[in-house]
Amino acid sequence: MGHAEIDRRRLLVTGAAAALIVAVRPHLVLAQAGAGPFSLPALPYPESALEPHVDAQTMGLHHGRHHKAYVDNVNRLLESHGELQRLSALELLRRLPEVPDAIRTGLRNNLGGHVNHTMFWSIMGPGKGGAPVGETAAAIERDFGGFDAFKQRFNAAGLGQFGSGWAFVTVEPGTGKLAVAAAPNQDTPLMEGRPVLMGNDVWEHAYYLKYQNRRADYLNAWWNVVDWAAVDRRYAAIRRGEAII
Amino acid sequence: MAFELPPLPYSHDALEPFMSAQTLNLHHGKHHQAYVTNLNNLVKDTPMASMSLEEVVKASYGDASKQGIFNNAGQHWNHILFWQCMRKNGGGSIPGELERRLKSDFGSVEQFKEAFTQAGVTQFGSGWAWLVEDGGKLKVTKTPNGENPLAHGQKALLGCDVWEHSYYLDYQNRRPDYIKAFLDNLVNWEFVAQRLAA
Repeated sequence: MGHAEIDRRRLLVTGAAAALIVAVRPHLVLAQAGAGPFSLPALPYPESALEPHVDAQTMGLHHGRHHKAYVDNVNRLLESHGELQRLSALELLRRLPEVPDAIRTGLRNNLGGHVNHTMFWSIMGPGKGGAPVGETAAAIERDFGGFDAFKQRFNAAGLGQFGSGWAFVTVEPGTGKLAVAAAPNQDTPLMEGRPVLMGNDVWEHAYYLKYQNRRADYLNAWWNVVDWAAVDRRYAAIRRGEAII
Repeated sequence: MAFELPPLPYSHDALEPFMSAQTLNLHHGKHHQAYVTNLNNLVKDTPMASMSLEEVVKASYGDASKQGIFNNAGQHWNHILFWQCMRKNGGGSIPGELERRLKSDFGSVEQFKEAFTQAGVTQFGSGWAWLVEDGGKLKVTKTPNGENPLAHGQKALLGCDVWEHSYYLDYQNRRPDYIKAFLDNLVNWEFVAQRLAA
């Protein structure tokens, strides 16, 4: 990709898509990023946009404090590892076993946190919800027997994740088959080379101010903010073999 | 006999403003209650239903087929200890023998507090920070989720819950502020000293 091509693409992309490209190719934006290779992507909608399902205070803290801390920590960890700064987030996650012991766990937790949240913001939006669309709808029908059965499986994964973690939908490379998976803390299936279609954050910080101990209510309400068009664009990109976080 | 939720040893608003009544209500009445309910459901009609809580924790630890039992038994045990580790007008001076041991094993009370805070802040995700006695020495440890010193064969003296539900309503993302308030204004040092002496 030449510089002209990069510039053209940078002008075309907006919001979450920009965040995605920035996160995948961090060296492209070194000049803006300041202290390190990664930067906090802007929220693609106002903090209050997902009310009443996700409240503005939670969004503000979640994006501006929690996600920012993951980004700052990754940059700090990579400060004295110039050779690793040239790798994309995806490459770093896949090559964690080769990363020096001293920063491996820190990178796993914080870079995991960065990619998970970047994905998370990009698949939600105001006035969304409803039913899956496009190829994603067909795949959900094929692999789960319908949207209701899929939601049940996904919610059960989120509810059953003891402590902090995520519920994910992964895509099997080649076949495009979807599967539900839970992961602790900020682990992601990307660490095992499995593309992530979508995911919901079940750390208590994602829902405690509004739902307190009622994680099941949060999981149910979350479907009202899922941007299925965005999810379907991710599915198409993954099927094309694009490396997305 | 089924496992039971013990009453809080103080009123729900006793720890204000350092731990709000709303947090304590949810933490004790919902979270701790859920661990007890889940534990009872999981051990129902099994040999573990007639074991002591300590025996269930030790017998289920490290057994993948009993992970759910361990999670809930561990959290039941952890919270029973946690409630007792706090009191109204807590913090303050530390009884002589405990203070002497803290100085001897950490250098100073301040260094102990720093180590304890560091353990709590760096426990990534849900978990606990502990002061334990292990092999005759006082140590600071941290554990994920429901894991605890009992499972590791250590004597727990003090435990601080760093699951976000323990502080998010009062401190949001500021876990270090919560741990500072816990150490300086909530800990029942007499209780900790009694455990050390026991």
